[in-house]
Amino acid sequence: MSLTLLNVIVAVVIAIAFAAVNAAYLVWAERRGAARIQRRPGPNINGPFGLLQPPLDGIKLMTKQLMIPGGADKILFMVAPVLAMAPAIMSFVTIPFSAGIAAHNMELGVLVIFAFASMGAMAILFAGWGSRNKYSVMASVRAVSQNVSYEIPMLITAITVVMTTGSMDLKAISMAQSGGFWHWNIFPSLHSPLMPISFIIFFICSLAETNRAPFDLGEAESELVAGFHTEYGSMGFGLFFMGEYANIVIGASLTTILFLGGWDCPFGMFPGVWWFLLKIYLLIATFIWIRWTFPRTTIYGLLNLSWKILIPISLFNLLLTAGLLKVF
Amino acid sequence: MSAPIQLRPDETFILNVGPQHPATHGVLRVKMQMDGEYIVKSETVLGYVHRMHEKMGENRTYAQFLPNLSRLDYLGALGYTHGHVLAIERAAGIEVPERAEYIRAITVELNRVASHLFWFGAFVMDLGGFSPLMYAIQDREHILDMLEAVTGARLTYCYYRFGGLYNDVDDNFIEAAKRFIPRMRKSLKKYDALVTGNIIFRKRLEGIAPVSAEMCRKYGATGPVARGSGINFDVRKNEPYSVYPEFDFDIPVYHECDSLARYRVRMDEMEQSLRIIEQGLEKLPDGPFMAEKKPKTIKLPVGDYYQAVETARGSFGIRIVSDGDKNAYRLKLRSPTYSNMHLFDEACEGMLIMDALAFMGSLDLVIPEIDR
Amino acid sequence: MILETTQQALQALFAGSVPADGAEPDTPRANGVLTRDYKTHGYHLDAQVDADQLLAAVTVLDQAEFFIESITGVDWIKEKQMEVIYDFSRYDFDACRVVIRTRIPREKPEVPSITKIYAGANWHERETHDFFGIKFAGHPHLVPLLLPEDADFHPLLKDFKA
Repeated sequence: MSLTLLNVIVAVVIAIAFAAVNAAYLVWAERRGAARIQRRPGPNINGPFGLLQPPLDGIKLMTKQLMIPGGADKILFMVAPVLAMAPAIMSFVTIPFSAGIAAHNMELGVLVIFAFASMGAMAILFAGWGSRNKYSVMASVRAVSQNVSYEIPMLITAITVVMTTGSMDLKAISMAQSGGFWHWNIFPSLHSPLMPISFIIFFICSLAETNRAPFDLGEAESELVAGFHTEYGSMGFGLFFMGEYANIVIGASLTTILFLGGWDCPFGMFPGVWWFLLKIYLLIATFIWIRWTFPRTTIYGLLNLSWKILIPISLFNLLLTAGLLKVF
Repeated sequence: MSAPIQLRPDETFILNVGPQHPATHGVLRVKMQMDGEYIVKSETVLGYVHRMHEKMGENRTYAQFLPNLSRLDYLGALGYTHGHVLAIERAAGIEVPERAEYIRAITVELNRVASHLFWFGAFVMDLGGFSPLMYAIQDREHILDMLEAVTGARLTYCYYRFGGLYNDVDDNFIEAAKRFIPRMRKSLKKYDALVTGNIIFRKRLEGIAPVSAEMCRKYGATGPVARGSGINFDVRKNEPYSVYPEFDFDIPVYHECDSLARYRVRMDEMEQSLRIIEQGLEKLPDGPFMAEKKPKTIKLPVGDYYQAVETARGSFGIRIVSDGDKNAYRLKLRSPTYSNMHLFDEACEGMLIMDALAFMGSLDLVIPEIDR
Repeated sequence: MILETTQQALQALFAGSVPADGAEPDTPRANGVLTRDYKTHGYHLDAQVDADQLLAAVTVLDQAEFFIESITGVDWIKEKQMEVIYDFSRYDFDACRVVIRTRIPREKPEVPSITKIYAGANWHERETHDFFGIKFAGHPHLVPLLLPEDADFHPLLKDFKA
């Protein structure tokens, strides 16, 4: 495929639009979902079902003054929100929504997404350090150690999938699972009998990577005030928020592609983008459900979970899959 | 649970938790010397909502001081006014009709359940779980509605009078209370399933912040904090007052000394309070709700009087030194959270900040009550 | 049970001068241990000691496993005296509340601090110092607790004018 400048611009614009609309309406969905779980109405005044709430919130955030705290490191402070949002949007470029819908399919799609995802930790570190707020620094250190330790099991499980499929191309991984749900990677196969466990590990890791409850130690409202974005107001905060939701969409998309067959229909009929969207929104609903049900873990509980449980299991799974691939 | 770590007091920084901080539930400031996430030393700074209630007690007649008591602890206010009226009745020798005492016990216990419910929600919120707060507030709302109907206030009640009550309860209240008990029991089961059984929740509390019984004694901790450390102490049983000897109820005691034990004590106490309410409604005698023989202005004989009651947070004591006038010569309020919070500085040394803040939540602080 | 043993232990502090039991004393009363009617007063034992006997009396209670309830002061301006009142109680079904009080001259109000025996006396003593200006000798950190950190007034003194 030839890559022209126009192609790139169109791809990025579509990705930004998709990410922004998703972020805005996921906030709405999250608030409505939380309200439903907590037996209250939630936003329901602006427009039907409160659907005008997200744009109004956006306008509010954009019209607020951008405050920079006195002692802050200005450059880091300004760069951090952009850095939180940009990699998330870049990751969208390579995600195939269906056989025909992908902004720009790359052969190393898995690698690209992981490369961009690891930049999120840097945004949090910059934000915490740049704010020169003790709570922010503590939160950002937490978030970075969390992101680093959860990237490892996530990558290992992704490699397991890549090994069984034999490709790093997200489209190819999806295609390999087509033709009914029994072909999906989530179910045990001859080469990788521990796939359901891999899926669970991957799902837990994507919760942790996106700093979502119960692993939201970087924000930890009740302990560290608001964590790394304590000092941010207006659109600086807005960008962090959008980045978080964009990351959630990417996490859900990646889970769908790697384990749930991408745009494949469970019964082998009418494969298409609607199946993909249905799957990612179901996953996101699970994210929301989990957030409003569980309390937060501790930092040592979180790191213990990764280093002592998830990494050994996923490594074992990797070795087992490698061995079985060699044998059969 | 937390790994043993060599603290390095030479590489520390000061973290101000509060006066405005989501975990302190009010204007409390804790100056923490931190080594990374570990607390090396902590110093509590009080007085942000200090209003000098004790001076007001000297300047007002005993009856005028009644509303002040409910401004101490806005979550369990009835217990505090109960202490005051009992102290005056004890000193002035006023006989209270039985019906009034039963109604007092019922309303105090309702208020205790309301207070514990709010604590439960706020505590789980401290740990990062939001939804239980909403469920707890919904249950608490029923209690507040009931109490509002009879007392006229939702939080800062001034319902008791020397010698009785401001007014009698009506059938609506009794019906509502009877309806409330089974509903609340169902809710308690739900909380148990949703929160107490949650693995993350338990991991965060089990073995965290141990407070030994000896430490409780040295600091004078009472209430659920002491009972979570294996101390079987409840003023309602140890120094029975009002009509509590008539009721059949247990004092939940846990010996684990950790935050989970303090949590369980409060959750079990709600069930015990429901038992008291149930029995109270059953036994509620007919008769007057106000003493017939009662002086118009209360003047206490010269002397020094003390009354302790068990409020939602522990043993609340009121000391009145009288010189025979219609005002107190000296009025001392012994608030339970004051002593309970005092533990915090010593107990939280070497703890992780997130454990320390969970511990703070398990102490059930109401700041206006500490600062008075 | 505990009531009698504590009473004996406290009375041992006043060798020779054991005051009459139960009777309402004159004010200001003499030092000594009284049993009080719990029904009207709300406590069982009432001991008045000299400031220098205070630590001995508190040690007696500590050994008998009492816990500290509170510490407070009273300003007896007419008698030119201050009184410091210590409340103790036990985590026990054998209820026994003990009040220890000591009177000190108003011009130079100073009592020994009991923080070495009861760590929890720390805040109570600071609070009493805030309100009355009573000095607790040996207190580790006697700075205002409830009042502002620069407060130089003592609001519960009877001659305090706002």
